[in-house]
Amino acid sequence: MSGTFASEYIMKCTSACAGCSSSLILRHVLKAAGPDTVLVVPACCTSVLQGVWPHTAFNIPVYNVAFAAAAAVASGMAAAFESMGKKTNVIAYAGDGGTVDIGIQALSGALERETNFLYICYDNEAYGNTGMQRSGSTPLGARTTTTPGGKTHVKKDLDRIIAAHHLPYMATACSAYPQDLVKKVQKALSIKGPKFMHILAPCPPGWRYDASQTIEVGKMAVKTGMWALYEREYDTLTLSGPTKAAMIKPAPLEEYLKMQGRFSSLKEEHIKAIRGDIERNLRHLKAEAEGLC
Amino acid sequence: MYEIRLHSRGGQGGVTAAKLMALASFRDGKYATAAPFYGAERRGAPIVSFIRIDDKPIKIYSQIHNPDLIVVLDPSIIDLVNVFEGLKPDGKVLINAPEIPEKARGYQVRYVDLTGIALRTNLVVAGSPILNTPVIGALAKMGLFSRESAAAAIRETFSDERNLKAALMAYEELV
Amino acid sequence: MLTISTGNNAVAAAVRQANPAVVAAYPITPQTEIVEQIANYVTNGSLKSKYIPVESEHSAMAACIGASITGVRTFTATSSHGLLYMHEMVNWAAGARLPIVMANVNRALGPGWNVWAEHTDALQARDTGWLQVYVSTVQEAYDATLMAFRIAEDRRVYLPVMINLDGFALSHISQQLEESQAGDFIPPLVLDHAISTDAPAGYGCMTSSADYFRIRYDIERSMRDSVQVIQETEAAFAERFGRKYSWTEDYRCEDAEVLILAMGTLGKEAEVAVDILRSEGIKAGSMRVRWIRPFPQLDLKGRELVVIDRNYSFGFGGILATSIRAKTGEECYNVIAGLGGQEVTYDDIAGFVRNRRIGEEFWFGVDA
Repeated sequence: MSGTFASEYIMKCTSACAGCSSSLILRHVLKAAGPDTVLVVPACCTSVLQGVWPHTAFNIPVYNVAFAAAAAVASGMAAAFESMGKKTNVIAYAGDGGTVDIGIQALSGALERETNFLYICYDNEAYGNTGMQRSGSTPLGARTTTTPGGKTHVKKDLDRIIAAHHLPYMATACSAYPQDLVKKVQKALSIKGPKFMHILAPCPPGWRYDASQTIEVGKMAVKTGMWALYEREYDTLTLSGPTKAAMIKPAPLEEYLKMQGRFSSLKEEHIKAIRGDIERNLRHLKAEAEGLC
Repeated sequence: MYEIRLHSRGGQGGVTAAKLMALASFRDGKYATAAPFYGAERRGAPIVSFIRIDDKPIKIYSQIHNPDLIVVLDPSIIDLVNVFEGLKPDGKVLINAPEIPEKARGYQVRYVDLTGIALRTNLVVAGSPILNTPVIGALAKMGLFSRESAAAAIRETFSDERNLKAALMAYEELV
Repeated sequence: MLTISTGNNAVAAAVRQANPAVVAAYPITPQTEIVEQIANYVTNGSLKSKYIPVESEHSAMAACIGASITGVRTFTATSSHGLLYMHEMVNWAAGARLPIVMANVNRALGPGWNVWAEHTDALQARDTGWLQVYVSTVQEAYDATLMAFRIAEDRRVYLPVMINLDGFALSHISQQLEESQAGDFIPPLVLDHAISTDAPAGYGCMTSSADYFRIRYDIERSMRDSVQVIQETEAAFAERFGRKYSWTEDYRCEDAEVLILAMGTLGKEAEVAVDILRSEGIKAGSMRVRWIRPFPQLDLKGRELVVIDRNYSFGFGGILATSIRAKTGEECYNVIAGLGGQEVTYDDIAGFVRNRRIGEEFWFGVDA
């Protein structure tokens, strides 16, 4: 995926951690979106990645905003561009905290109002920017600084909440599958109306694995079925290739869990529950894909 | 300055009546303010509006305690609230009624059956007779504002001709 | 066009004159008629704005911020708890140097729920970098809204402006209104720092301790420069429309020996008290304070001061009185009155003056 410097919108001077999936995701998102794009970024790792004033590592306009406000700011911006007849892409790029927890009110409102924008939630399954405290998106059993004994609640099912808004396009993706990601972003941006993408972003310091493993961890998430790749256009579900494969022959869940220090204190009952959730989720997705529900 | 307190029930259009009174006075070339007093609002609860009319700008926002005129759009309020409280010694009362209610005797009362007029002109919305436009006719007859300004205020606010018709009837039938 | 209007409808009418590209708002009593009237204008086509019925006040200000940074005119309105809910974004709007205009219908804060007039809501935002003006008539609500856009959007300012009107006492009453056609009184907005995909930049990035304070100083510099802009705008307005406004509205102050200072409708009703006191031989005058930020230079020497605060800062004092003391060194009789819509009449105000005890604080209805 190399290109000329001109088509790299994330320059090499970010302050991202080694192995950061967010900067990797954003690199591909922006290549797909092109220069007629404004990013709206609430408080999250990406606010910090850009670097420190007066410099920025991002070569497109980036509007940094307060934590809860991304989708609302994007709503206003989209309306303004529309009033001017401009076709500039408005992309809200937020972490799981700013989406699933504090940002969900603004997001739901923006989607309900059919705002013409793309909302991307990159999910590192905790509040990464502030030191890896739990978020609603942290999986069951994962250790974070505020769940040192492992989270006792399940991961909030953001995608089904989003699905309930019946969007013209929503998709899941993963940093380890960049071509799939790019295709989905391009598809989203070709559609008018509210679009949503939920992208798994494995995080070396947060998930406690070596930075060099960041792609392998992402791939294993998909291969075990822990993370499913698919698209929904209104109520029609299309499974992506890697998830179809995972449904036929899923990799053992333990292979994924043992790669990460955050799951090191996982109890047997958690593993059982997680496995059960994976099976249930994949079963529902399969049925939905076949038009059975 | 002339001060009017208007008593009605929530949903009867008392707030609009107050605005119409201000508008009619205004069209007469006077200064006027209309201020609804919002307490616990709900349909049917007694509410009050304050209207002030003067030849110079009105700088008072507080409630009217000693009105020159009291208007009662719904006579049943008289049993619940002392609508006459604070009325100036030579103050007047206008009541929507076919005859002077018992409790109003002893005051300088003018009356007109606004409800009856509304029903006769079929000025009814969602089952409720419209009282706020006919009362403007009665007030014009009492000299609060000119007949022309009263008509102008009604026409500016409502397109349905029945409003003006009812107001003219009230003007004629005021006792 | 001369007509009768409520305070809320006057604000909406002025917004229609200003023709913002985007209005994002959330309803709250007693502001609701502003947003309803704007929605009516948009639906009947007399206002071409994009109207975003956001799902909270925090999102209302956030949406205005998102729209404003593209370089278009924006407006919102709120009150009380709505203003407090968006407080973070109110700060953000000023820090982001956005010329957003907002009408705030002053209302008391719960608990207990109270929907009537009090100024504490807006005064809690006095540190944010917003310009704030307090109006007392329906006409002034209209005029101040028109002027607010021109002041906010001036290159020397680029700061948001809040117009305050008393909940119910002004928002819901009908007075006469001259709906002046703004025409070119509000020039088109040119936002120098608007987003540009031709010249991409990062906004609001991480800023180190070595630099942040410079950005804050910049806000204060513009706040100071806004003094000139406000004066120029009010003078231009007087020239164009014949209605004069200034830092304060002074009534019979020239030879006054005691001044009543207040904001909003109380400041207007105080003029009636002045007439009563004058007839008793007391040389009273009324100085209705309009601008709270930037705080005006007040010439108060040689007069006794009765300052009525329709607000309070717990553990400190009435905000107008303590501001006056801080800025001018002048002592006053600080009356705390009108909280939660407490009834205060011209007779009461005259009583405050007759019974004044300079240097003391008097809670109307509580203290003897």
